[in-house]
Amino acid sequence: MRPFDYRRVADLQPVDQPGDRLIAGGTNLLDLMKLEVEAPRRLLDISRAGHDRITAHEGGLRIGALVTNADCAADPRIRADYPLLAKAILAGASPQLRNKATTGGNLCQRTRCQYFMATDTRCNKRQPGSGCDALQGVNRNHAILGTSETCIATYPGDMAVALTALDATVEVLGQDGTRLIPVAEFHRLPGDDPARDNVLRDDEVITAVTLPEPAAGRQSYRKIRDRSSYAFALVSVAAVIELREGRIARVALAFGGLAHKPWRDPQTEAILTGRPPSPALFDQAADALLAKAKGRGGNDFKIALARRALAAVLTEATEE
Amino acid sequence: MSDSYDTPDQRNLLDQTAQGVIGQPLARPEGALKVCGQATYAAEHDLRGCAEGVLVGATIGCGRVVRIHRDEVLAMPGVLAIYADQAMLRRNAQGTAGEAPIQDVATVDYYGQPVALVVAESFEQATAAAKALRVDYDVTTDADFDPAEVEYETSEEPDELGDLDRAMNEAAFSIDRTFTTAAHNSAAMEPHASIADWDGSNLTLYGSFQMLKYNVKELADSVDVAEKNVRILSPYIGGGFGSKLGISHDAASAALAARDLGRPVRVTLTRQQVFETITRRSETRQRLRLACDQEGRLTGIGHEAWVTNLPDEGFAEPVTQATKFLYAGQNRRLALAVGRVHLTTAGSVRAPGEAVGMQVLEAAMDEMAEAAGIDPVEFRKRNLPAELPGEGLPYSSRMLSEALDTGARSFGWEQRHPHPCQRREGEWWIGMGVASAARVNILSKAEARVTLRADGRVLVESDQTDLGTGSYAILGQIAAEMLGVPIDRTDVALGDSDLPAGSGSGGSWGATSTGSAVFHACEAIRANLAHKLGVDADDLRLKDGLANGRPVTDLLDRDLVETGRIEPGKTMKDYSQASYGAFFCEAAVNAFTGETRVRRMTGAFGFGRVLNAKTARSQCLGGMVWGIGSALTEAMEFDHRTGRLMTHDLAEYHVPVHRDVPAIEVILLEERDAAASPLQAKGVGELGICGAAGAVASAIYNACGVRLHSFPMTPDKLAKRLPDPFGV
Amino acid sequence: MATQSATLDVNGEAREFQGDPRQTLLDFLRLDLKLTGTKKGCDHGQCGACTVIVNGRRINSCLSLAIMHDGDQITTIEGIGTPENLAAIQRAFVSHDGFQCGYCTPGQICSATAMLKELAAGWPSAVTEAVADTPAPSDKELRERMSGNLCRCGAYSNIIAAIREVMQSEKGT
Repeated sequence: MRPFDYRRVADLQPVDQPGDRLIAGGTNLLDLMKLEVEAPRRLLDISRAGHDRITAHEGGLRIGALVTNADCAADPRIRADYPLLAKAILAGASPQLRNKATTGGNLCQRTRCQYFMATDTRCNKRQPGSGCDALQGVNRNHAILGTSETCIATYPGDMAVALTALDATVEVLGQDGTRLIPVAEFHRLPGDDPARDNVLRDDEVITAVTLPEPAAGRQSYRKIRDRSSYAFALVSVAAVIELREGRIARVALAFGGLAHKPWRDPQTEAILTGRPPSPALFDQAADALLAKAKGRGGNDFKIALARRALAAVLTEATEE
Repeated sequence: MSDSYDTPDQRNLLDQTAQGVIGQPLARPEGALKVCGQATYAAEHDLRGCAEGVLVGATIGCGRVVRIHRDEVLAMPGVLAIYADQAMLRRNAQGTAGEAPIQDVATVDYYGQPVALVVAESFEQATAAAKALRVDYDVTTDADFDPAEVEYETSEEPDELGDLDRAMNEAAFSIDRTFTTAAHNSAAMEPHASIADWDGSNLTLYGSFQMLKYNVKELADSVDVAEKNVRILSPYIGGGFGSKLGISHDAASAALAARDLGRPVRVTLTRQQVFETITRRSETRQRLRLACDQEGRLTGIGHEAWVTNLPDEGFAEPVTQATKFLYAGQNRRLALAVGRVHLTTAGSVRAPGEAVGMQVLEAAMDEMAEAAGIDPVEFRKRNLPAELPGEGLPYSSRMLSEALDTGARSFGWEQRHPHPCQRREGEWWIGMGVASAARVNILSKAEARVTLRADGRVLVESDQTDLGTGSYAILGQIAAEMLGVPIDRTDVALGDSDLPAGSGSGGSWGATSTGSAVFHACEAIRANLAHKLGVDADDLRLKDGLANGRPVTDLLDRDLVETGRIEPGKTMKDYSQASYGAFFCEAAVNAFTGETRVRRMTGAFGFGRVLNAKTARSQCLGGMVWGIGSALTEAMEFDHRTGRLMTHDLAEYHVPVHRDVPAIEVILLEERDAAASPLQAKGVGELGICGAAGAVASAIYNACGVRLHSFPMTPDKLAKRLPDPFGV
Repeated sequence: MATQSATLDVNGEAREFQGDPRQTLLDFLRLDLKLTGTKKGCDHGQCGACTVIVNGRRINSCLSLAIMHDGDQITTIEGIGTPENLAAIQRAFVSHDGFQCGYCTPGQICSATAMLKELAAGWPSAVTEAVADTPAPSDKELRERMSGNLCRCGAYSNIIAAIREVMQSEKGT
């Protein structure tokens, strides 16, 4: 790690100096600082800055940015009304990491692209303009949707995938006050500026995530990975599906492991909505989802795997 | 008495002794220290003024170092020195090398190879300085990094018998399949670490090694001092699995830096450096040809393997080692070829040869059994040769048939459907598979000292190591049994190169070899006691500190000290020796996603006398967990443009986690193998992995009908071949 | 870069941290306090060997800065039991051979100790069928909950057996 100054702060405030970084759980930031992918000049420790409660909010819930993943997944209200969120969090990392990782930090988790994490390789996200060694390299973990020729990294987390399907909102505090960002719009696609993972500005800080009123229907989170636990997703699917009279009345689907952001596709949901579930329908939905999917060799399999994962989730969620 | 083990010791002395501790499932004597965090591993010895060294890895895959920008780093806070010494190790030493490995880090043979050591006052300073060190390279542009793109040369004369091609042509049933297995890393939980401390010309090195008598020679040769000036201490080793057979980069660089700085220096490899610089198991390509007649009797076996290593390395993964002795078939071809690539040195990783050779052979045997329409358990039993094919040697002992039968019964093999895709539970296809286990048995030269103290306590001493293998437990049990002393009056001191040279831990030979040396030392003490009592040695009865009823302490006016020895002799040549067993696996394959879960596993093993049923069982369990990893998750993946390892940490290289491992049943079959050792025991440390992944592969096929020929069998490979999940 | 200080309660004893803010809790324990029972296996939160219990919660001490733990109560393996006075979980690990090389063991034991409390508090896991319900303490649950602690020797089955024994004996008392 490069040297840095450390200061504990009492309030959750945006940083105001370049080189400052907020640290809470530190599970991702310290990992990257050890690799010198991140090298802040000053760490502002917000781990005791409050914002660690889950409270009722407009018929839904407001999860403070510093609520740990463990606490969030263990919360009775989350478990009862948003089981998808609890399941997604519990599918991620390990209990030890979830005890440290926070809601705000987890939203900002950086990619697991091995080239991003290795300072001796070329990476446009880590070092803009240097090139992308993943395009022709080992890219089994990489994105198939919404990629660009400068970056094929994925957003690696689970929690945000669930939040996307749940239509959650990120509450952000900046110099000019609070703004609300739908989770689905929080992460961005790499385009020609892959250095930015999300739309959070340098002078903004996440203060909370809010969940709308609980939606009717079944909620599920399916994560496919190389080992049964403690591994990142190859593909994951978050689903909220309501069946009425043998038809899919409402469906929200978000995918992890496929893109630089949790992937939500309105067209896929539109195909499913109002129709009786069947393997053929699931296939049609997958066709729409994956119409523009592009493999880069090592990750070609994700196209077929995403189709199969979707079929599995839809089958399970629509079983009588 | 000659040390050479030339005639099988049929006395079965350990069955005549009275103490009753041999074979007992006793807890490890060092267990309390380990569960309390009080066992001291290499990096944990507390030396005053210890400086911290961090190695710098090459950021090219092949070439030369032309310049190291030392000055800017020497100016960093706390930095004491930068070394890029000729004597630093370019590669770590192979097992039993006993001399310095290839040195001189100005040449780069593989990506991540240490090219310099930065030493600083604190670990944080050294780490930051190592990262900051700029190194200029002259890159070799035409180096080979891709095993798929290089030429292969025959490693040794192929082992041929009869006419395999003809056997294949004339067979009632035959298969011809090519498999691949991924490269593996030992990934012992304790990263390699050394603390070097000089006292004048004497070097004490606290390290993590498997074979101290060789490691002393390797280190002395590397840093150019006499062997007598080098002492290595490795009382506890956080796992080895072959990766700590020879000395590694940390040892030599710590010694060089400590000598220069005049203070102790600690060098610990980062986890990434363990992956990048410590010997890997080569990836393999294996062609299996099997031919059999109408009755399912094998008439031909072909096993040809292609492996890789760096140029100038003598090691070639001995893939076909067990194929030579396991099954019948008069027409045979076993061959091994090596390709040269600039990837991390290939060397011994738990059960070199059998670990990947057996899993492929056994997966192929499953296909052959199916082609012949015979139950795979029966098919194997039908093909056990009476003597070593081609050489006519007898088998010293072989419990394979018993293991297959016992395992099958316990596992419930009769519930298996002979055809795939017959059992579905929700989203999951369920299937069962079987595989044989086999691992060559080797006796290795060893010495140990046993002291029967005047107060009646027993002390066993050897430089033998305990990697978690159970050496502390079983060496004490042998001595306690032989000398009739309760186990709690027995002490075992290991892991100090000043002690008599045991066999070291590797090749599954530690327990039998060093154990035999302990046995011989005890025999000498027994002879002395018999003499004191005026009885024949055969009439001596030692139990609970009594010798023929008299307190043994009454016979002792001083300590009785004996050194026992053993060397491999004629029994190694006169018999085909191996440990055997059988694996049974029930696996579930997700019909949609191709995720595989091992639901239960049974292993039945025969390896001669069981010295400690608890630690032996654990060895088998551990091996089977490795089998699950090899079958489903473990793979080193290199960027073939540069030779850079992209799965260089424990997030990307997937060793199995708790949830991957179901309830595992281990059955230990009692056996005596007098040709193997005077203990009538054989090796067990590696047996549990040898073939285990084959049982998983066969279970996957039996579940979902997909024959993959590529290990590990990850969801990406399986999903695209699965039958329509809705198609039933 | 200024030296900064913090006071940590380690196994019931106040310990001063004063030094490089880059130092992890793990290195502070091992190098400064000589509490080497906590192990470094990967230094990146990928193996669990460094697991300690902070204010009742298990965490990876390698991914946490010592300076951030001012006032925290930290329990390491040395605070769980001694060879002369083993905790029940330590005794169970010995009798079930829940380890081989012993390197991951302190982390497994610290992790299991905190895990049993999580289970008692009714926390769900990734294998809990209905996350709203109180999870049943099946072997499957135990395995998932212990999956943050790798064991390369493959002692997993024995570790689960050891944990189960402790659960049963606690239930019985």
